[in-house]
Amino acid sequence: MKVKGKVIKFGNNIDTDVILPGKWLSLIDPQELAKHAMEGLDVSFPEKSKKGVILVGGKNFGCGSSREQAPLALKYAGVQCVLAESFARIFFRNSINIGLPVIECKGISTAADDGDEVSVDLEAGKIQNLTEKKNLQGTKLPPFIMTILSDGGLIENLRKRLNKK
Amino acid sequence: MNISEKILATASGKTSVKPGDIVDANVDKIMVHDLTGPLAIEAFKKIGISKVWDNKKVVIILDHQIPAESVKMAELHKMLRKFAKEQAIRLYDVGEGGICHQVMPEKGYVMPGSLIVGADSHTCTYGAFGAFATGIGSTEAAAVFATGKIWLKVPETIKFKVEGQFQKYVTPKDLILHIIGKVGADGAIYKSAEFAGPTMQTMSIAGRMTVCNMAVEMGAKNGIVEPDKTTSNFLQPRVTKLQNYESLKSDSDAKYEKTIAIDVSDLEPQVAVPSSVDNVKPISKVADVTVDQAFIGSCTNGRIEDLRIAAQILKGKKVKKGVRALVIPASQEVYAQAIREGLVEVFTESGALVCGATCGPCLGGHIGLLASGETCVSTSNRNFIGRMGSPEANVFLASPAVVAASALTGKLTDPRKVEA
Repeated sequence: MKVKGKVIKFGNNIDTDVILPGKWLSLIDPQELAKHAMEGLDVSFPEKSKKGVILVGGKNFGCGSSREQAPLALKYAGVQCVLAESFARIFFRNSINIGLPVIECKGISTAADDGDEVSVDLEAGKIQNLTEKKNLQGTKLPPFIMTILSDGGLIENLRKRLNKK
Repeated sequence: MNISEKILATASGKTSVKPGDIVDANVDKIMVHDLTGPLAIEAFKKIGISKVWDNKKVVIILDHQIPAESVKMAELHKMLRKFAKEQAIRLYDVGEGGICHQVMPEKGYVMPGSLIVGADSHTCTYGAFGAFATGIGSTEAAAVFATGKIWLKVPETIKFKVEGQFQKYVTPKDLILHIIGKVGADGAIYKSAEFAGPTMQTMSIAGRMTVCNMAVEMGAKNGIVEPDKTTSNFLQPRVTKLQNYESLKSDSDAKYEKTIAIDVSDLEPQVAVPSSVDNVKPISKVADVTVDQAFIGSCTNGRIEDLRIAAQILKGKKVKKGVRALVIPASQEVYAQAIREGLVEVFTESGALVCGATCGPCLGGHIGLLASGETCVSTSNRNFIGRMGSPEANVFLASPAVVAASALTGKLTDPRKVEA
């Protein structure tokens, strides 16, 4: 699986309250959630992301609340993949579970800037900054996580596994 | 093995596990609430199974936005009630329970040694009872509804060895804020945080809950305290049978990534300054802050012990004109106890507003939201941008004693300087 897009970059400790503020948690339609993606930091984010972007973050991306509405909002706003120095664990799992690729990559926050064209090979964990001509190696996702992603998320994956039995 | 490893080994039917192992663990209890439950149910319905794996192990608690403040929330509450009825799952409705992390142990769903997952990040609170408890998302909750299992990576453990006696009006909240300030918001990312040492051993269950509750604010997977007599005294009247927890201790040769020693003897009240939880300073180092709202409550500090200390400071005094003081007991049980002890009267006489048990302003969902430019001093757990309302509002996190003292003066105040 490969994804490609222009980078939108944020800093360290980006929390789920800025990714999707609490007042929108009564929304369950992902398209509605997408309208409020990153609202705490940039109200124009959904406009910028709709053509498909790669989000780059620093340390501890997605910290805070367990709200799955946060990765859902990003996915439906057009985010193809999130690359960060490190992730908060619930956000990481939630993203995989809803089929949003996330890769931990040391050095990414200095190796990519807003607007850079980046390509990601998810299986290999290889990240290419096509604009800056830089290659980075992220942490490879274990095969069972890659299967969840390629199935389109945990629910589809579980359906398949249960049907096999 | 340490206590967290022992629980994960048992839950996955192994004799031993080590950090980095990925285990397929059996879940003892799963909890969802009114903001994570609806997505979990939608996801569960897509799996194509009609019944949850074990309806006695699933608990639904309405707490974040109760009573429903909008038609949208009312619809979600209705959906949760319908699902609970169809599946014969216990649902704690408006007036029955309160904040999920208070209700779970109060109603006997938390046992030492058990593996509990909850669709809420503060599920780590139950580590106060010697359980391995961690937060998950809604889709993962749906998968647990279907299978009763979850994959978990066995975490490395950081041991916090706490000693010394707290000074007057210095509390477990100040300890955990101090720890988070020391290690940072990602200081325990993916890891287990084990709280040990003489100070933890003599700490009340309420205090242990406050400490474990905020383990997630330094990124931890779980927070945990070894169970003891204090644990069983709390749980005994609430559970049908308390399992033997004597062996549920970290072995003397247990491995830790590191051990951090903390002495609380000289600790002063701590404050997390906007807008991150690790931006912690001793109160003496925080310059004049004028307060518009003072909030005492949440899963971090809405227990009877918290209300007692606040009432002790507020008794016979008046909340400063211009300050809105909100007191929200964590549960109906806490509320009833506060009435019996005369605390609710102390609060109302002082000019504080006592609301029914709910998460309330903590997450900016309903009740007590902040306008732009306003400042709140709060006993809750997060001061992120926009957390309690306007993105231009400021939230300072502190103990119930600091919040009560600040309500009296209208400024961020060291409780030791307000005569009680």
